[in-house]
Amino acid sequence: MKPRTLFEKVWDRHVIDQEKGKPAILYIDLHLIHEVTSPQAFEGLRLNGRKVRRPDLTVATMDHNVPTANRNLPVTDGTSAKQMDTLAQNCRDFGIRLYDLHDPGQGIVHVIGPELGLTLPGKTIVCGDSHTSTHGAFGSLAFGIGTSEVEHVLATQCLQQLKPDTMEVHVKGSLPPGVTAKDVILALIAKIGTDGATGTVIEYTGEAIRNMSMEERMTVCNMSIEAGARAGMVAPDETTFRYLEGRPFAPKGEAFERAKEDWLELRTDEGAVYDRRVELDASQIAPQVTWGTSPGMGTAVTGRVPDPESFPTETEKKSAKRALEYMGLTPGTPMTEIPLDRVFIGSCTNARLEDLRAAARVVKGRKVNPRVRAMVVPGSQQVKRQAENEGLDRVFLDAGFEWRESGCSMCLAMNDDTLKEGERCASTSNRNFEGRQGRGGRTHLVSPMMAAAAAIEGHFVDLRNWNPED
Amino acid sequence: MEAFTKHTGKVVPLDRANVDTDQIIPKQFLKRVERTGFGQYLFYNWRFDMNGNPDPEFELNREEYAGGTILLTRTNFGCGSSREHAPWALLDFGFRVVIAPTFADIFYNNCFKNGILPIRLPEKTVDTLFQRIETKETRTLTVDLEETRISDGNGFTTDFEVEPYRRYCLLNGLDDIAITLQKEEQIHSYEENIPQYYRIEKEQGV
Repeated sequence: MKPRTLFEKVWDRHVIDQEKGKPAILYIDLHLIHEVTSPQAFEGLRLNGRKVRRPDLTVATMDHNVPTANRNLPVTDGTSAKQMDTLAQNCRDFGIRLYDLHDPGQGIVHVIGPELGLTLPGKTIVCGDSHTSTHGAFGSLAFGIGTSEVEHVLATQCLQQLKPDTMEVHVKGSLPPGVTAKDVILALIAKIGTDGATGTVIEYTGEAIRNMSMEERMTVCNMSIEAGARAGMVAPDETTFRYLEGRPFAPKGEAFERAKEDWLELRTDEGAVYDRRVELDASQIAPQVTWGTSPGMGTAVTGRVPDPESFPTETEKKSAKRALEYMGLTPGTPMTEIPLDRVFIGSCTNARLEDLRAAARVVKGRKVNPRVRAMVVPGSQQVKRQAENEGLDRVFLDAGFEWRESGCSMCLAMNDDTLKEGERCASTSNRNFEGRQGRGGRTHLVSPMMAAAAAIEGHFVDLRNWNPED
Repeated sequence: MEAFTKHTGKVVPLDRANVDTDQIIPKQFLKRVERTGFGQYLFYNWRFDMNGNPDPEFELNREEYAGGTILLTRTNFGCGSSREHAPWALLDFGFRVVIAPTFADIFYNNCFKNGILPIRLPEKTVDTLFQRIETKETRTLTVDLEETRISDGNGFTTDFEVEPYRRYCLLNGLDDIAITLQKEEQIHSYEENIPQYYRIEKEQGV
């Protein structure tokens, strides 16, 4: 048999029909839904008198516009409340499992899928959210879809898909201390651009990826979409299995052993060919900070704000100029001298327990710079409880951080957590687009440790030689 | 979905690269539970200042481009969030065609589900079109999906490529859910063989 990539193996397992010249019909094992991109899909079903084919394979949560302040108070934003009520009603009407605002399992959809053991190797997973690529860290094929496709999956449990190309991102070597998974993915995007992987599914390989925990692999896969990829994948291994064993929806006992045998097949065969290949050397990656309004506009923390004239094409020059105007930055400014107003530690990229632990280690015993307002928004209620059990909430609160309820929060600022015009934020989220965290707000993407150190100092620091006692 | 066969309309140039869906439709407008009514919010933060006054410099606000139905823009249009509200807003505003060198995958796909034709043209051809609009040689374009050809009736003509199946569905305004539902037998037999460990039953405590 022809050697195949991990992607091809998962793809082939799910093709239920493939006519020549047409897209494949792909079976979907897990459909995650949330309040913002699903209401019109349910409406479409009703208008056409269609049912949800597999409510049992559909799981809902509320995350995008939920308040992260006191959950015991009613939701004050009427339109957000209506969207949440609509989701709850749709889940009742169609018999779908829902983790609502008050459920101990509630959280960001891409945080709860893995922590509940719903995300498993070899599954096809979709959600009306581009960061569905996160779940590929387990060797599943997971990608974001629009609302029309949400409706398609609800009605048929399938999707019509043209087969994407494959791209190997090989990360050799090991990461220096202070350099994290977030820096790897930001460095990749800075290197290949925000459309560098368009039309492809990325598989991440190499020593640096193998040595990553599941949380770190999720951070990398999460931002595959920021490189333009449909999905990112990592072949499952012992790290994957250790993470999954005992999770609520993961198979148990002998079933788990059988599943493991099957999942071990999910690796790229020797001699299999990717359509494209990129290599990174982990040992050469420095902590990253973005300076612009696109995730590819980033540099090492030791770098400076670039001169738009230094870019090769007219379009890039224009984009950089516009970005610097929006960001209120002057070319040549060292990244470490940019003063900050806000720090946000949260999002589906970086709000898992390990992320909070890493940030807490930096924060412990120190104080947030008085100029800075800093907040931590755990990715899920479970993450929040675990963090509290370890006393991480005290570390953050004592330092002067706010400690919030779980949700997407200021990653996209659909709730009350927003930047004001002109405010500058170090954020562990995934997008620095204009207005993403609030109209006129200025976002710099960084890792949780970089964000934590920035909160203490009031500006970015190179973690590799940071000595806060100086 | 409305079929798309041939369309003639005014071209609106938007000379920016990497236009993300947060710009096309900012998040504060994603709270509606309907598919309609998003046009008024299209490019909201670019069209309107903080006080809600139109920015006269922004292309969509300029008199000469009023009523435009074809958007000409730069690489990687529609990147970022998967929100289908982006094509809904474009369509509701009146756009039926978007021309760019490249599109982000999810946005590209979402367009076809809503009767919008996204057309990829080589960067050079897009440059030419921007120049011709600047000099007013090109004001309107006719986009013929049957012939996969674009022309301005004033000397500019080019062919474009689109995946045959997408073209077929758009030409006929097909409901692809109905098409997949015809595969009931294959879906059913696939489901019979899904591994036990992928079933989602009761939660079992950690």
